[in-house]
Amino acid sequence: MADQEKQYIIVHSAKYETTYNQKYLNRKVWEEPNFNHIKSYIPGTIIEILVKEGQLVKAGESILILEAMKMYNDIKMPFKGKILKLNIESGQKIPKDFLMIEIEPVK
Amino acid sequence: MSLKRSIFDLRKRKDQVRLGGGEEAIEKQVAMGKLTARARILAIVDEGSFHEYDMFVEHVGTDFDMGNKVLAGDGVVIGTGTIYGSPVCLFAQDFTVAGGSLGLMHARKITKIMDHALKMRVPLIGINDSGGARIQEGVNSLAGYGEIFFRNTLSSGVIPQISVILGPCAGGAVYSPALTDFVFVVENISKMFITGPAVIKSVLGEDISMEALGGARVHAEITGNAHFFALSEKECFEQIKKLITYIPWNNTQKAKTFPVKEPKFKTKIENIVPADARLPYDIRDIIKSIADGSEFFEIMELFAANIVIGFGRMNGETVGFVANQPKVLAGVLDCDSSDKAARFIRYCNAFNIPIITLEDMPGYLPGVDQEHAGVIRHGAKILYAYSEATVPRITVIIRKAYGGGYIAMNSRHLRADFVFAWPMAEIAVMGPEGAANIVFRKEISEAEDPEAMRQQKIQEYKDKFANPFVAASKGYIDEVIEPHETRKILLHALKISANKDVQGPSKKHGLPPF
Repeated sequence: MADQEKQYIIVHSAKYETTYNQKYLNRKVWEEPNFNHIKSYIPGTIIEILVKEGQLVKAGESILILEAMKMYNDIKMPFKGKILKLNIESGQKIPKDFLMIEIEPVK
Repeated sequence: MSLKRSIFDLRKRKDQVRLGGGEEAIEKQVAMGKLTARARILAIVDEGSFHEYDMFVEHVGTDFDMGNKVLAGDGVVIGTGTIYGSPVCLFAQDFTVAGGSLGLMHARKITKIMDHALKMRVPLIGINDSGGARIQEGVNSLAGYGEIFFRNTLSSGVIPQISVILGPCAGGAVYSPALTDFVFVVENISKMFITGPAVIKSVLGEDISMEALGGARVHAEITGNAHFFALSEKECFEQIKKLITYIPWNNTQKAKTFPVKEPKFKTKIENIVPADARLPYDIRDIIKSIADGSEFFEIMELFAANIVIGFGRMNGETVGFVANQPKVLAGVLDCDSSDKAARFIRYCNAFNIPIITLEDMPGYLPGVDQEHAGVIRHGAKILYAYSEATVPRITVIIRKAYGGGYIAMNSRHLRADFVFAWPMAEIAVMGPEGAANIVFRKEISEAEDPEAMRQQKIQEYKDKFANPFVAASKGYIDEVIEPHETRKILLHALKISANKDVQGPSKKHGLPPF
């Protein structure tokens, strides 16, 4: 590490010279959640897409079925809104946090 | 049969069992850099001290053609021996016999030696090298695991339990090591996981190798499941033997006393620590300059290295060191370091080992990831562990002791027996920079030159609070000492605390935040 740039940790406005460990370097940086993005909370397979782009959907209506860990997960519309974009197709295998559907709220 | 013939017959039978899964299987085992189960035990215990039991136990499986199969010793070796003269009970799974798979009788042999260890109040060493449950024996093998886990829990805090992972240890089997006190792993040999790479790939689509998922380095550095990491089985066995010298046989005894050796660390203790609290150094150098013979046996060296834990000796007797490490992440407390320290503090308390705390930390690690990972409940573990510990507890504040971290690191308020501080120690709610920003917010923002005002106010705060004397004036610190006096005063404090006897209120058990 000697040839690397110096590393610092800031606690209560004071800057301490130190070294990072691997886990700190690999930590997940927080992002503000975007409620218009329907992401997969678990990796799995898309069994069925129940909506089309441009469709208006009521809150609580099923929009797709995601199979994961041998379970059919019923993904529901979180609020009344419009389906903007489908990024998946039936039968597709997707990883965790995959942006499946983009939506927008409708009054 | 004549006596001579029956002795001959006995020898033949034993030799047959000792051959385990046969020469071919042994060759395979050795080719992987692994010793056989018996060779491993013999490499750990004193020469000529090992006695094996239950050699002739046979498996009871009948389904799936198992009835016709002979499994030598049912794939596990159990026995007793000594390490540097200290008695131990041991078991070692034999991968050459049906992949070391665990069936009913295999488990019974293990629980037999576990019961023995608990009854005799001696340490238990378990060597894990097994493909897992013997599927052909169905629920019987699950029952076997359950019986082992129950005994691990029953023995916890009564006898030291050591797990050595020298092969695969997957699925439910990992929970026995997880319940024990110390887990040893060896690079390229140890593999631990609940769900293996094949299943992860088929279910989740994540492609990962066994080594990257649950290899020795992963558990030593990332998960914190392992306490000791070695590059070879030989190095691992040396670590085990060394550990045994530092711990007592059971919770009613003390560890062995060794001849006193003066520290021989070359750097003067005064020269290790930079006066500027924002500059790093290796806290282990402080430990080495105060411990007997400058010997420090570090535990979990790679995991959460921002706190250092391990054993050393003072006046020939084992002590546990808990020390913030400014060299890594500025020595902050976070989820992992709290968890690591708390478990060690509880270990020391259970086995009558005094705890010496060396403090130099700026507080808790800021970050959304930390808050969301539950740094509140993890951080609380340290407070809990120190507060409940009844062994002698001594703290030396080297430099920074700020805020909640000051309270957590065995402060007077958690009933530390002795708290000492070096003259440049700073005991305060936070460091001067942060405090000045808050206390003098108005003056700074209204000043013509806010930065100059900030620096002036930081200095003002430093002069007033960045020292040990405010805390000493309240009696929170017993004595402000010169660095070179540290060993002397610790030896004295340990001597005075040797017969410490405190009793808390009676309870079934407390509810630590885990």
